[in-house]
Amino acid sequence: MIKTVELTKSFEVKKSEPLQVLKGVSEHIKKGEAVSVIGPSGGGKSTFLRCLNLLEKPCGGHIIFEGVDITEKDVDINIHRQKMGMVFQHFNVFPHLTVLDNITLAPVLLKKRSKAEAADQARELLARVGLADKAAEYPKRLSGGQKQRLAIVRALAMEPDVMLFDEPTSALDPEMVGEVLDVIKDLVKEGMTSVIVTHEMGFAREVSSRVLFMDGGVIAESGKPDEVLNHPQNQRTKEFLSKVLV
Amino acid sequence: MGEYVSNVIKIMSEYWDVFLITGVGYTLLLSAITVALGAVLGMVFCLGRMSRIAPLRWLVIAIVEVVRGTPMLLQLYVGYFLVPQLLPFPVSDFFSISVALIVNSAAYLSEVFRSGIQAVDPGQTEAARSLGLSAGQTMVKIIIPQATKNILPALGNEFITIIKETSLASTFFVGELMTSYLKVKGATYLTMECLFIVGALYFLLTFVLSKLLNAFERRLKEND
Repeated sequence: MIKTVELTKSFEVKKSEPLQVLKGVSEHIKKGEAVSVIGPSGGGKSTFLRCLNLLEKPCGGHIIFEGVDITEKDVDINIHRQKMGMVFQHFNVFPHLTVLDNITLAPVLLKKRSKAEAADQARELLARVGLADKAAEYPKRLSGGQKQRLAIVRALAMEPDVMLFDEPTSALDPEMVGEVLDVIKDLVKEGMTSVIVTHEMGFAREVSSRVLFMDGGVIAESGKPDEVLNHPQNQRTKEFLSKVLV
Repeated sequence: MGEYVSNVIKIMSEYWDVFLITGVGYTLLLSAITVALGAVLGMVFCLGRMSRIAPLRWLVIAIVEVVRGTPMLLQLYVGYFLVPQLLPFPVSDFFSISVALIVNSAAYLSEVFRSGIQAVDPGQTEAARSLGLSAGQTMVKIIIPQATKNILPALGNEFITIIKETSLASTFFVGELMTSYLKVKGATYLTMECLFIVGALYFLLTFVLSKLLNAFERRLKEND
């Protein structure tokens, strides 16, 4: 579904010394997989994820999404982004729109759905994540967990083929982490291809079909959750896990 | 003191229409035209300033810097003499002065718009773009509606500032409140009294407007 070839990315922190965050990442995420990306801060996890839908423009390499190299110059990325849902650490729900309008905005604008049709779909999605009674509210009236659930269904309303989660629970109060993880878990169970950057090791172990350990701008280790999390081969993976799994 | 008061009353009873209708009327008209069209042109400047095309950015930066770095009165002179030369048809002084005021206001407002737009969380753009919205759709549907809340109070303040600055247009006798002062003073030779009347009117205009603006801002915040 998504294949990256020798993906590189540098940021210019200061003019003369660019900071290389991705140092050639080649990875193939297959349909139906739930891939968790773990690793220390600054290891390139989020940058890798954000490159997948070109929110971050890679400096080199290729990204092949459903057979199309989206790093090619003449590709209309907006079309492809419609098929890649993204969920952010800080939710990024639209504060000036009601919960319902948050969800219907993109389908009405981009998929040329009628307002009524989009609203029906939005209500269905809201019911699925327990927010049916919030449709007319503005996001400021929602808790963090509710905002993140809204952000998830906003992405789902475009009926994407893959969902990208960028630390979806890192900005949440502890008591709200569960409700958001449950929604993601359900999605994965239904077979939604997902890439999840996370610090929740228990969650990664439970839901993912594969775990990537990223450190120093490369994928240092990749395998089944049990292999990577319980029997890591790579020295850096071992060190990282010994620090997070107390 | 008593003489001043009776003079003010005498002047007002004879020339009230010059001050209240012509003077206040033209001042408000000139200010409204300036801010309304200044806002439109300012938006154009703002988009130019944030454009990906470098020469366009440079052009706008140059205009803004020149407007900010030169006296308003000088800009009015330039408008007064240059606009009639540039246009193939005859224009009134009022028109030429308006053009100069609009360009001045647009330069200041473009910076107000830019900071209002940049104050919107970049995460909003990312979320919109990740859904597949184009840059233009993101601007119209997501950024501008949120930036408006940052911008509206500043737009009101610009209106108040412009009301006072239009007084400079009296140099060219375009008929606003300060021109009324010049006319009535010329007819009566009562300088202080005329200054007092005109000053009180300016103060009333800006004071009432700024109170209205405060109330409006409070309502915006409550809706937040």
